[in-house]
Amino acid sequence: MLNLIWVLLLAAGVVAAALQGNIEAVQTAALNGAAKSLDLIWQLAAGMLLWMGLLALLRESGLLQKLAGLIAPLLSRLFPEVDRESEAFGNIVLNFSANLLGLGNAATPFGLKAMQELQRQNPQPDEATDSMITLLVLNTTAPTLLPTTILALRGAAGSASPAEVVPLCAAASCFGMLVGLAVHWCLRRR
Amino acid sequence: MTEAVVWLVPLILVLVPLYALWRRVDVYAVFCQGAAEGIGLLLNILPFILGMLVALEVFAASGAMDILLGCMSPLAAYLGLPAEIIPLGLLRSLSGSGALSLTSQLIVEYGADSFIGRLAATMQGSTDTTLYVLTVYFGAVGVVRQRHALAVGLLADLAAFAAAFVLCKS
Repeated sequence: MLNLIWVLLLAAGVVAAALQGNIEAVQTAALNGAAKSLDLIWQLAAGMLLWMGLLALLRESGLLQKLAGLIAPLLSRLFPEVDRESEAFGNIVLNFSANLLGLGNAATPFGLKAMQELQRQNPQPDEATDSMITLLVLNTTAPTLLPTTILALRGAAGSASPAEVVPLCAAASCFGMLVGLAVHWCLRRR
Repeated sequence: MTEAVVWLVPLILVLVPLYALWRRVDVYAVFCQGAAEGIGLLLNILPFILGMLVALEVFAASGAMDILLGCMSPLAAYLGLPAEIIPLGLLRSLSGSGALSLTSQLIVEYGADSFIGRLAATMQGSTDTTLYVLTVYFGAVGVVRQRHALAVGLLADLAAFAAAFVLCKS
């Protein structure tokens, strides 16, 4: 499906540009997009390396496993194939907690580490496992107690109560998460 | 709440190394080794982000995005949605920075406490950019057959937007 969307975006873009007699825009835009990806990696890099370093300390000191044990009852039902004691599960817990606290930058390295651990147990390395998709649903709809960007935007625009939408955001994302998890549960293998 | 969060990262920064030191971990070497793992991860992700951003940029700059949005506005009117919010609904799942700039435009233009301003903020705050999360997470491990991941992610976004609309309306 991603293949289809990718080709569709490119094809629609080229056709639209051609129809509007603006075909030069395509080349500029393609290079712009490529440049943006390098900017993005650069922006990600600092936080990523820092959190990956701290993550190694969490793991080596045994703190990761302890934290995982605390939140395990909540999350382990969603990941029936993942061993509660495993490093994969510890990273899933940290990823979820960081999202909940609004630390998006910290959540990504934990999530990616979890993906790598899940991939290690994947019998077909080119295909997504059920647990991987569950992790993705948790991340795309991650409920956040503190949407810092939204608070900042609303505050800057002179809202009478910038935090008024926070419960709305949390409720809407929980609903999205439940729908996503339910549909995934129906489509899963086991 | 915001006060407490200011303390969160500094506390993690000091307590984690302190605890590791107490547990006799070779703290500095382990920290650097962990950070080094991050370099490989970033390099793995880069091609996947690059491919996606090239396609999105071509789609937006060519005018195809505007055409799509134009086609959607009758549908919005039929559903009783404000037409101004439709671009955000489409963009939210595709481009994080695009959606964020659109949200801030809507908030400034219509007012933070207007219906459109609140709806935009709630939509922005209730989901993450599905296409980006998918690209980065699967890119990091080289999974190419993603099964129903994208479909489920987009459906979850749609459900969150519907909930945001109902919640902001009431």
